[in-house]
Amino acid sequence: MEPDVTATVYVPRDAAALALGADAVAAALAKPGITVVRTGSRGLFWLEPMIEVATPAGRIAYGPVTPADVPGLLATGMLDGGGHRLRLGRPEEIPFLARQTRLTFARCGIIDPLSIENFRAHGGMQGLARAREIGPAATIEEVTQSGLRGRGGAGFPTGIKWKTTADAAGARKYIVCNADEGDSGTYADRMLMEGDPFALIEGMAIAGFAVGASKGYVYTRSEYPHAIATFDAALVIARHEGLLGDGFDIEQRVGAGAYVCGEETSLLESLEGKRGQVRAKPPLPAHHGLFDMPTVVNNVISLASVPAIMADGAARYKALGFGRSRGTSPIQLAGNVKHAGLFEAGFGLTLGEIVNDIGGGTRSGRPVRAVQVGGPLGAYFPPALFDTPFDYEAFTARDGLIGHGGVVVFDDTVDMARQARFAMEFCEVESCGKCTPCRIGSVRGQEVIDKILAGTEVDANLALLTDLCHTMKFGSLCALGGFIPYPVMSALTHFPEDFRRPAARAAA
Amino acid sequence: MAEFEPWSAARGAAIIAAQAGREGAALPILHALQAEFGHVPKDAVPMIAAALNITRAEMHGIVTFYHDFRDHPPGRHVLRLCRAEACQSLGADALAAHTCARLGVDWHGTTRDGAVTLEPVFCLGLCAVGPAGMLDGRPLGRLDAGRVAAELEAAQWNPT
Repeated sequence: MEPDVTATVYVPRDAAALALGADAVAAALAKPGITVVRTGSRGLFWLEPMIEVATPAGRIAYGPVTPADVPGLLATGMLDGGGHRLRLGRPEEIPFLARQTRLTFARCGIIDPLSIENFRAHGGMQGLARAREIGPAATIEEVTQSGLRGRGGAGFPTGIKWKTTADAAGARKYIVCNADEGDSGTYADRMLMEGDPFALIEGMAIAGFAVGASKGYVYTRSEYPHAIATFDAALVIARHEGLLGDGFDIEQRVGAGAYVCGEETSLLESLEGKRGQVRAKPPLPAHHGLFDMPTVVNNVISLASVPAIMADGAARYKALGFGRSRGTSPIQLAGNVKHAGLFEAGFGLTLGEIVNDIGGGTRSGRPVRAVQVGGPLGAYFPPALFDTPFDYEAFTARDGLIGHGGVVVFDDTVDMARQARFAMEFCEVESCGKCTPCRIGSVRGQEVIDKILAGTEVDANLALLTDLCHTMKFGSLCALGGFIPYPVMSALTHFPEDFRRPAARAAA
Repeated sequence: MAEFEPWSAARGAAIIAAQAGREGAALPILHALQAEFGHVPKDAVPMIAAALNITRAEMHGIVTFYHDFRDHPPGRHVLRLCRAEACQSLGADALAAHTCARLGVDWHGTTRDGAVTLEPVFCLGLCAVGPAGMLDGRPLGRLDAGRVAAELEAAQWNPT
């Protein structure tokens, strides 16, 4: 049955939706009478490809849709929001979305990411307009008052970083956006750059205005070709629309597969065209950063959170959150979890709520055994620690970190000794080589774990591993060598039985 | 499917010259060379060093620091499989072992017919739809042995 009026169907172009066949669904929908609009993802990846139809009653979602489902969906009146086994109803009412507080990701999955009209119609540019109205100093004060802390992982107060850069003397200043999102289990930067790139551009323009920078760089990892393409296209449009170019411009640079370049000083070295080796701090990048000039280095999410803070005021943002972690954080549920997706909410949910209530437990249906929070440098938490609130300080107090907000779930088939060994292997592969604890310690760490697993002088080697982790934690120059002890020691502390079964392992 | 040009010093010089004026030009130059030739040819390294006014040793150090840059061209297709934790939680290690065995290669290896190069990657940001991979830049989610086989077949790789 051919539709007799033009209908609009929204189909994601987010890389994770593409990985599940969104392009083929869009192709199947390319029929007379249907306008297909490509959007970012809402972040409900177990329902992707999730498509939405514009109806007088709002958008109606269907998913997960395959190309083979399309004829049936059209026959049962999907274009009018009609019933079908894949009908999900209004997306805002799906519990996973209804429970969220979407500020940074308010537009993601809704708008055409490359439509500046869509962006403006959904509140874009209001933050920059207010910043220009109140001036640079008041803008920095507003960001400081909001309590926003670095979403890359370190949690440093963004407003203080901006103030330091603004006060520093330099012939020119830079805004550098860290889009080298290398932590496994994290994809918020990618989703935002693919789904709402103008939000990042607006945030960087505000930062540039506030600190007096003339140039912004976005350093995006090469593993994100779709984010790179979308963001470059957005930059061209932003310049054409006058959002950039008037005293502040942005250029995107592409990384080259080095995880350590997500560390801010290593990233600056890489941007300067050198090996991505970390710099000792001080001096801080805010004083001597890119090309020795005062530089703000902020994560994608930190910068993209600023427009909403400026538009709605610091008080509203600060009202959300927990303890000293103010505002919202995009939690990224990943790995072996039933409801894998992006969940933006105020800080303070417990890990158990995140994994079980929101995530729905494992995808495999087996019991949860371990959860790694904060990427490859984050600790593995057992269910016994599920009462830990999602908060920078609370995780630190339990020898973990929230990092960039990735939550990777493992079921009871995981071998934690193997995960500990992998952490050391990853550290060896990705070490920049500048400091000894990281460069050498990661190799020795694998050897010691191998001895433990072989049953060789287990007690002595466990003590040696603990000592090595201590040396790496306190002797490394940056968070790579310094934090690798978190996954290793948490595996050892919470799952000691996995390090003491050489017979079973040899038989396996 | 990737198609790369054979190395040409004249073409290489033009690519280098087009990027050399940028701030911190090394990575843009290396990416542009690899996009053209599929790798960073050894002969290009002294040319870049000269353009950037740094030593050959420094330039060698830069090229070899980054995992992305190859010293020889890949096969006609590049299959990247994620090895990171989120994909591990869904069986990526077993999938990788199976794929290596099926292709008869180890990581970074190319099948004997030159059809497929297998590369490891630590995270593609597809952690919600793992195990994840990428074939010639196209993202792949919820991979298993059957899906990898189907993708390789579609890419016209047939084991002999």
